Amino acid sequence: MLSKNLRKQIPFYLMVLPAMILVFIYSYIPMIGIKIAFQRFIPAKGLFGPQEWIGLGNFTYILSLPDTFKVLRNTVFIAGMKIVGGLIVPLIFALLLNEIRREWFKRSAQTIIYLPYFLSWVIFAGILIDVLSPSEGIVNGFLRLIGAKSVYFLGDPKWFPYTMVLTDLWKNFGFSTIIYLAALTNISPTLYEAAAIDGANRWQQTWYVTLPGIRPIIVLLATLSLGNVLNAGFEQIFNLYSPQVYETGDIIDTLVYRIGLIQAQYGLATAIGLFKSIVSFIFISLSYYLAYRFADYRIF
Amino acid sequence: MQKMTRGEKIFLVFNYVILSLVALLCLFPLIHVLAISFSAKSAVAAGVVRLWPVDFTLASYKYVSNRPEFSRSLLISIKRVFLGLLVNMFLTIITAYPLSKEDKQFHSRTIIVWVFVFTMLFGGGLIPWYMTIRATGLLDTIWALIIPGAVPVYNVVLLLNFFRSLPKELEEAALIDGASQWDILWKIYVPLSLPALATLTLFTAVGHWNSWFDGLILMNRPENYPLQSYLQTIIVQQTNVAGSFLQSEDWRILAVISDRTIKAAQIFLGALPILVIYPFLQRYFMKGIVLGSLKE
Repeated sequence: MLSKNLRKQIPFYLMVLPAMILVFIYSYIPMIGIKIAFQRFIPAKGLFGPQEWIGLGNFTYILSLPDTFKVLRNTVFIAGMKIVGGLIVPLIFALLLNEIRREWFKRSAQTIIYLPYFLSWVIFAGILIDVLSPSEGIVNGFLRLIGAKSVYFLGDPKWFPYTMVLTDLWKNFGFSTIIYLAALTNISPTLYEAAAIDGANRWQQTWYVTLPGIRPIIVLLATLSLGNVLNAGFEQIFNLYSPQVYETGDIIDTLVYRIGLIQAQYGLATAIGLFKSIVSFIFISLSYYLAYRFADYRIF
Repeated sequence: MQKMTRGEKIFLVFNYVILSLVALLCLFPLIHVLAISFSAKSAVAAGVVRLWPVDFTLASYKYVSNRPEFSRSLLISIKRVFLGLLVNMFLTIITAYPLSKEDKQFHSRTIIVWVFVFTMLFGGGLIPWYMTIRATGLLDTIWALIIPGAVPVYNVVLLLNFFRSLPKELEEAALIDGASQWDILWKIYVPLSLPALATLTLFTAVGHWNSWFDGLILMNRPENYPLQSYLQTIIVQQTNVAGSFLQSEDWRILAVISDRTIKAAQIFLGALPILVIYPFLQRYFMKGIVLGSLKE
C-alpha cells in the first residue's frame, strides 16, 4: 500500500512520463550511441548490432589528418569573433536607441533590426548569395560605383570568415539589442534626475548611471556566450560555403556532416562530434557556473 | 526637460542618422530581392533593379506556384507547423507543471529537471542522433520532424519558471475544493499563463516553419521535404531549376523569368508568413526574449 504522500505525487509522475520517455529515446540513446566513436561502425548492422571495437583508432586517425587543426582553428576563430561582436555591437545600438526620446522612432528601429532574426538561414543565405554575388550582386555594384574592386565575399578564403561574422551579426544583433534595451528601461529615472542635479551631462550619465545599471545583464550575456566557443554557426556556413573556402571556412560541424552523412564514415564523424560535445559541455557548464556566480543566474 | 548643450544636439542628430541608416541597411537587401522577384529578367540582368521592380511582372510567381514541388512542400510545412505546435505545446505544459512544484510536494522534481537540463548541456552529436531516428523507423515520415524534438527542453524550463511565479494559494484553495492536479493545471495555471504561452507558441511555430536541416537529412525522398528544405536545395544547392525550364510549356513566362528572378520569388515566399505575422505579433516577439533572459 502506497503512503498517502506518495499517492498524491502519482499525477506528477504521470505528467512528466511522456516527456521522460521521449527524452530518453531521442537524447539519451544518442548519448549511448557515442560508442560508435570507438568502433569500425557498419550502419547496416544497426546502432546496437555486433560492431568491431577499435579503441581510439578513430581518434588517432583524426589527429593524423592535416585538416583537423585547420578546422578547429577556423571554428574557434569564427565563433570567437561572433561572440565578441555579438556582445559589443548590440550594446552600442541599445545605448544609442536608449537616447532616442521619440517613441515611434525607437519602436520602428527596434522592429526592423530584430526582423532578420526570425528568417531562416536558408532564406537569409538566399538573400546574401544574391546581393553579395561578385558579378551581379548589388553590393559589388555599389563597390564598383565608388571605384573599388569587386570582392568575392563568399568565394574568397580571405574574406569568407569575416563575411560570416558580419552577416551573422546583421541577422542576430537585434536579439541582444532588445535584451539590453529591456534592461535599460528598468533603470530608475530618479537616478538620472539625481545625476543631472549633481551636474552630470549626458555622457557622464551614460558612464556613471546607464552602464553600471545594466552591468549585470552584460555580465550575464558575456558568461552565457562562453558556451558557444565551438559553435561557429552550422546553419549559416553550411548554406554559404563552398569547397574553395574550406581553407578558412570549414568548421567542425560541417566537417562532421561531410564525413558522416556524405562519406558515410560514421565512426570518424562521431569521434569528431564527441570531441566537440565534450569541449562544449565543459564550456557550457563553466558559463552557467560563472553566470550563477557573477550574475545570480539560475537555470531553474 | 533640461537644456541641451551644443555637443548633445550634434550627438542627437548623429544618433538619428546612424540608427536610420542601420535600420534601412537591414531592410534594403530584403526589398532588393523582392524588387528582383517582380522584375523582368532583362532588367535584372542589366543590373538596373534596385529597390523598385523594373518592367513589373508576376511571371516568376506564376512559374513558382505552378511547380508541384513547391505546393507539395508548402503543404508539408503547414502540416508540420500545426502538428509540431500541438505536440510541443502539450508536452511543454504537462511537463513544466509538475516540475514547477516544490521538492516536498514532488520529491523527484529536482532530479528530473536535471535529467532534462542535462540534454541542453550535452548531446550525442549528429550521427548517433540520426541513427536513433532511423532505428525508430521515422525516416521519410512527417513524424521525423516532430517526435525527436517533441520536448523543447528550453521552453519547458521557461514555462516552469513562469509557473513558479504564480501564487501558491491558488493551488491550495483548489485542492481544498477537491480539484485534481490535472484540473488545476488546465483550469487555473494555463489560463493565467496565456501571455507566456502565446509567446512560446509563436516561437515554436516560427521554429518549425524555419527548420530545414532535419528535413534535408531525415527525408530520403525530396517529395517529403518541407518548404525550407526544398528551398535549400533550390536556392543554395542550385539544383534542378535550370533543367526544368525546358519542360515548362508557357514560352511567354520563360521570356521574362530567369534563375535569379525565380529564386528571388521563392525567397520571398519562404519568408512571407513571418513577414506577415511579424508586425501584428511584434509584442509577443519582443516578449519572447525578455521571458528567457530577465527572469527573477
